[in-house]
Amino acid sequence: MSLFALEAVSVALDGRSVLRNVSLALRRGEVLGLVGGNGAGKTTLLRAAAGSVPLASGRILFRGEDAVQLSRNARALALAVVPQDTRVPFPFTALEIVLMGRAPHLHWLGFESQRDLDAAHAAMQQLGIEGLAARSVLELSGGERQLVMVARAFAQQADVLLLDEATAHLDLRHRARVLARVRGAVRSGTRAALVVSHDLDWAARYCDRLALLAEGELLVLGDPVEVLTRANLQRAYGVEIEIARGPDGLPLVVPSRGL
Amino acid sequence: MTLLTPRRLFWVLLALFVLLLLCALVGMVVGPSHLSLAEVVRALLERDTSPAADIVWRVRLPRVLLALVVGASLSTAGVLFQALLRNPLADPFVLGISGGAALGGISVLALGAVVGWGYGAVPPAAFAGALLAAVLLFVVAGVRGRLSATRLLLTGVVFNAFASALIVFLASLAGLAQGTQIFLWLLGNLSAARADVAGFVALFLGAGLLCALPLARHLNLLALGDESAAQLGVAVERTKRLLLLATSLMVGAAVSVSGLVGFVGLIIPHLLRLLLGPDHRLLVPAAALGGAAFLVLCDTLARTLLGGRELPVGAVTALLGGPLFLVLLRRQDVRAFAP
Repeated sequence: MSLFALEAVSVALDGRSVLRNVSLALRRGEVLGLVGGNGAGKTTLLRAAAGSVPLASGRILFRGEDAVQLSRNARALALAVVPQDTRVPFPFTALEIVLMGRAPHLHWLGFESQRDLDAAHAAMQQLGIEGLAARSVLELSGGERQLVMVARAFAQQADVLLLDEATAHLDLRHRARVLARVRGAVRSGTRAALVVSHDLDWAARYCDRLALLAEGELLVLGDPVEVLTRANLQRAYGVEIEIARGPDGLPLVVPSRGL
Repeated sequence: MTLLTPRRLFWVLLALFVLLLLCALVGMVVGPSHLSLAEVVRALLERDTSPAADIVWRVRLPRVLLALVVGASLSTAGVLFQALLRNPLADPFVLGISGGAALGGISVLALGAVVGWGYGAVPPAAFAGALLAAVLLFVVAGVRGRLSATRLLLTGVVFNAFASALIVFLASLAGLAQGTQIFLWLLGNLSAARADVAGFVALFLGAGLLCALPLARHLNLLALGDESAAQLGVAVERTKRLLLLATSLMVGAAVSVSGLVGFVGLIIPHLLRLLLGPDHRLLVPAAALGGAAFLVLCDTLARTLLGGRELPVGAVTALLGGPLFLVLLRRQDVRAFAP
């Protein structure tokens, strides 16, 4: 039984079919990369997995159980999501935002306990952003806010991490750090992560498997070396590319000059 | 680092409560006939037949109590709107919710006579007006669940202008526009103060706070956006609907007795957020106490600023709130959240 699975999921938004019959299963301990062109349905798939958009058909299974059966809180304990949009309208401090990840662990009227504080600090430390703790999120850069949101998801200590372009605004150092920490978080073998990425080269290096989406359908799912082929990418992106090998032997996607 | 703990919550609220008591005392001491603090306190404690006791119990206390509950209602409604709309500029007056309530109230006053409705129909009509305006705001200004500052403010401005025009039209039609009464009401004033009126507003304030306080923690999560809040376990739609109803009731009750008192819901939450941080578990009750103290002070000013003549309290709050609103508009944190 896989930790988390989508079973023949289809989604329609505003009457338009966005995802068609997508099935994929997250294994314990793996980072699964979700790649594909703009509008291929990556974000919709992530939102569907998080229970944020209704399914036209199909099921989401958590530990073999239909996720619809889970209570809101149980779902929040099972899934932590890092959204694309990280804007916050009020001057919460970074620590307060990270502590929000503890919400499903709190009682109804709850105040955060020392355990919650420890979890928040540990998450911030993992990402190297303890220095931001007392800063207002309104003053942070887009990249810093993304790190804060990743820390919030870490503090949530859910079994499945869903990251939507969570490294898009990050520099090389922080991108490497976030992805390494995501790997570290799932390595224990009880968790898994689903990571939407635009950068194929990074995805090839930090994900155990890749799922390539095109026009709402799962084109291919497998080892990065099998997925990132010239033929697959041309089908998914509709553009001429070449596949080179990096010094690590993994594929590097190189644009053709065209014409 | 000032994270919210039950201890901090208690002390801050206690301090604000003491501040409110002081403001209320000032409001009862100051007035056309001079009473000393000692006289006021004695009158409050003993309630004898002295002239001082008469003034305090019959005139000043009801007035102060009314300012207190109206201020608390408007300020609490402001905080809740800001959290629900994810926008620090939201305020029942600026967004036209108060205007909707006023329009509802006036409609009944102007047209209700025809079908034999009395003054008792004003509050429910004011609620209906406030609720309608709030729903309209969500529908018109919201694009796929996201409310931009620009659309919100434009919707509020247009709705306010429209509501004012309709109010004047209806009032003229019904011959209510005699003298300056309607004008004063549009500016907001508390001269209708009676103890039972204050009790009526307090009822809705209490109900509103009872709804809002247990949900304050969820209001924090709503700052992350509806979807993120839901993913953290918040029943987003239910929370929003309940609080929208609660705020509309509070605003409706306040407006039906005090007219259009503006900016309280903007100034106080903003000031308190600056001082105490944005955590709604503290901010919501603090806004209730702070708004109460603020309007009691403003009303005291309104009663005394021009010597014998009384100023509508709405003029005082607008004189203070207007400039502050402009300062707010220019601030980075607000602009950052424009579309």
